[in-house]
Amino acid sequence: MGNKQTTFTEEQLEAYQDCTFFTRKEILRLHARYRELAPHLVPLDYTNNPDIKVPMTLIVTMPELKENPFRERIVETFSEDGQGNLSFSDFIDMFSALCEASPRELKTIYAFKIYDFNRDNFICKEDLEKTLNKLTKGELTPEEVTLVCDKAIEEADLDGDNKLSFADFENMISKAPDFLRYRHLFGYVFIF
Amino acid sequence: MEVFKECTDVQSNRSSYTSDESHDREEISHLQRHGWSAATVKVLASMPSRTAELNKSRRVRYQASSHESPHLSRPVKGASVLAEAEEINTEVRSDLSYSTDSNLCAAENNMDQLVSSLQGLSVSEGTRKLREMPLSLADKIEIRKVAFSLKTESSFIGRNIPCYTHLSMYISMTWRHCLFSCLPVFSSFKLWHSALKTLSGRYGTGVLSYFLFLRTLLFLNLLLFVITGLFLIIPQAINPPPSPKADFSGIELLTGTGYFSDSLMFYGYYSSETLPGDQYRMPAAYFFTIGFTLFIICIILVYRLSKSFGKNFQVLKSNKNLAVKVFSCWDFKVSKKISVRLQSEKISTQLKEQLSEMIKGEDKKTCMQQLHRLIVHLLAWTACLISIFLGTIGVHNLSGKNFNVKTTLNLPKDTELLVLSAVVSGINLLLPGFFNLCVWAEQYESPGTRVYVSVFRNLLLKVSVIGVLCYRWLESIPANGLECWESSVGQELYRLLVMDFIVTVLYTFLGEFLWRVFSQTILQKKRKPVFDIARNVLELIYGQTLTWIGVLFAPLLPGVQLIKLIVLFYMKKRSLILNCQASRKPWRATQMTTLFICILWFPSFLGTVVTIIYTVWTIKPSEKCGPFRNLTTMFEGGQMSTRHLEDAHPILKWLSWVYDCLVENPVFLFLASGVFLMVIYFQAQVVDGQRKIISRLEKQIENEGKDKKFLIAKLQDLCK
Repeated sequence: MGNKQTTFTEEQLEAYQDCTFFTRKEILRLHARYRELAPHLVPLDYTNNPDIKVPMTLIVTMPELKENPFRERIVETFSEDGQGNLSFSDFIDMFSALCEASPRELKTIYAFKIYDFNRDNFICKEDLEKTLNKLTKGELTPEEVTLVCDKAIEEADLDGDNKLSFADFENMISKAPDFLRYRHLFGYVFIF
Repeated sequence: MEVFKECTDVQSNRSSYTSDESHDREEISHLQRHGWSAATVKVLASMPSRTAELNKSRRVRYQASSHESPHLSRPVKGASVLAEAEEINTEVRSDLSYSTDSNLCAAENNMDQLVSSLQGLSVSEGTRKLREMPLSLADKIEIRKVAFSLKTESSFIGRNIPCYTHLSMYISMTWRHCLFSCLPVFSSFKLWHSALKTLSGRYGTGVLSYFLFLRTLLFLNLLLFVITGLFLIIPQAINPPPSPKADFSGIELLTGTGYFSDSLMFYGYYSSETLPGDQYRMPAAYFFTIGFTLFIICIILVYRLSKSFGKNFQVLKSNKNLAVKVFSCWDFKVSKKISVRLQSEKISTQLKEQLSEMIKGEDKKTCMQQLHRLIVHLLAWTACLISIFLGTIGVHNLSGKNFNVKTTLNLPKDTELLVLSAVVSGINLLLPGFFNLCVWAEQYESPGTRVYVSVFRNLLLKVSVIGVLCYRWLESIPANGLECWESSVGQELYRLLVMDFIVTVLYTFLGEFLWRVFSQTILQKKRKPVFDIARNVLELIYGQTLTWIGVLFAPLLPGVQLIKLIVLFYMKKRSLILNCQASRKPWRATQMTTLFICILWFPSFLGTVVTIIYTVWTIKPSEKCGPFRNLTTMFEGGQMSTRHLEDAHPILKWLSWVYDCLVENPVFLFLASGVFLMVIYFQAQVVDGQRKIISRLEKQIENEGKDKKFLIAKLQDLCK
């Protein structure tokens, strides 16, 4: 069927299809989008798995990510080196995890990682403050921010260590009304 | 061993939070990880919750990169996910360095575990599980290679999935894609959805509740209009009775007399005489249409009321909402700059409102101050009640004179009819302003209380005004000897509605604008005035009550109200943006909607129903006009039609028999309400029980956390 493409081998495409929530067409389109970001860097031919990484500064210019307050964190979480430079695998992985077909549990795991700014596997007060500042963009005063963070940790922390572990986070998200969980937890529609 | 030490060094930099804790106990020092011995660390690292970690960062490589040796990059970290998937959600206590250590040791085993778990499943199941793993794509591809290559060797059908599976997958994906992209479209189909979103973000939930209420009323009126239109207006419009048409001059739009008095607008026009014989009996249609619409509205209101009440008595109460709001309120689909800014505003407003609810500071007042406040409150209430009383008396006296033609003022013909409605509208305009003054003098602490008190006072005013008018219409009008008293009442209602509309428009355009200019220039206030929710909502309820009463006497009245509401929405929105500002103290209006629907239901709708039932049951319809002429009561008209219908269609006989046995039988009604009440009681008990269980479980989790700390401390002591 369809066009004969030379970007990937059949095995590669099948592997991608099995490991992500995308179809063949979507994977090829994703590659085109990836290439658009840095045409001089990304080769057309991926059959021999070149080790190319597109830097974060280019990735956050994508329209889906441009206005997202957490764009740097998202890219960092999915990058292998932690600096935000994504290889193509990381790139597909990112959009697969955040796409609408991916289950809520997976998104919760990644959401936790994204909100964990200092990467200690806990959302501590500083992480929460950074999250809040990114969300409200200076509309709240510093005292209000501190107060909200204190109250939020008080509410959500179950085991009393003043930080949110993954279990606390997941429990709290499960209390959100269904439609909020459904749509707002990174429900991306990948724009083709 | 050195890996452990290096990792603990890394960890010591990150455990600064423990030093900040003000309630340091001795055990806390034991909990500082840099003080833990290697043996403790090893034991802790092999705790089940640590080895079965769900949110293990697969990018742990970069963190350990300074200590990385080549053999570390190979094993799959955090790969034990699926093996203990069920326990993970309850037992995760994540800790970076220990799981790194444990995984370094156990990584190879985990990879084998994972591969073997995948092998036990069918291809599609395995693929699904593979996709849901929180691992990097490269790792997944490796696992897949190992897991599925072994599988394909053993199974006869290779990796070539039959095409129908492809097709079904494709279909399900497309369907999901459509569904997800359609959902936001459906929500934006709701009327004025985007406008309301903007307003709520900027002005808070109180103002939003007003506009939502307006929208609800709009839909109710639309329903009313459609039903009366279909069954009353259109049949009569097709077969108009012969009547002399008066000339049309502009004043009729205001007074409703003249050209309009013999039109579809009012009761007098409708008759059974012009309609073809037995096919469509106007008395029956009139009676049953009005009854049916009121019944439908009753059901809708009860449903909305119960839903609102239900929200207020949820099992997981709203005091635990702050954290949820922070993490799940942001809509990640928005990508336009303006929408993003709007979202920031919205979430800030919501957070501020919730904060204000949580910090309700109470200043201690001295005895003198409390006494002073009490006196002020009493004075304000007395003043308000007196003003309401005076207004009511005025309306009573004026309406008594109204239907006698003589007046002392020399006004052009027909405008004297407008006097009553002008006075009522004037009272409705001025007294709420007076109430606002009282509230300002009383200086309530929270804006929420202020709004509730205002609402109550405005409600008293409206109830008294409408009460006195209804009394006038039902007691004295039919005895007055007018030719067509129902039409007169309908015209009066029409005038009230239209005058109310005109006054509201003028007030919104001029009054609020002038008030803003006044307060900013003369009073030198920096802030614009706040949107007056109480006054506006009661205005809406007043208009709606008039419409409901008026449906019996003027079937086109819902149409007028519909137009009025649509214009009102845009006008109020404009005025809000130009002249008003969000309240300085944000407050949460969680129960505003419930309160509004409650007021709509109890005084407004039930009062209307009582009035209409009284009219239909006891008052004699006029003899020369309307569909119920020559009958003793309107109810009799309904009964007659029922009997006629039964004779014509014997099938309906059993229906009326059922009606007689069930609905009119008091025993059945008692039984039904008894069962209903029991069900409610049981549900309330279940909810209560669930709440208790939840609080006990939370306590248990807290205790487990304390146990853990205790054990770690003891472990430390033993190792020393």
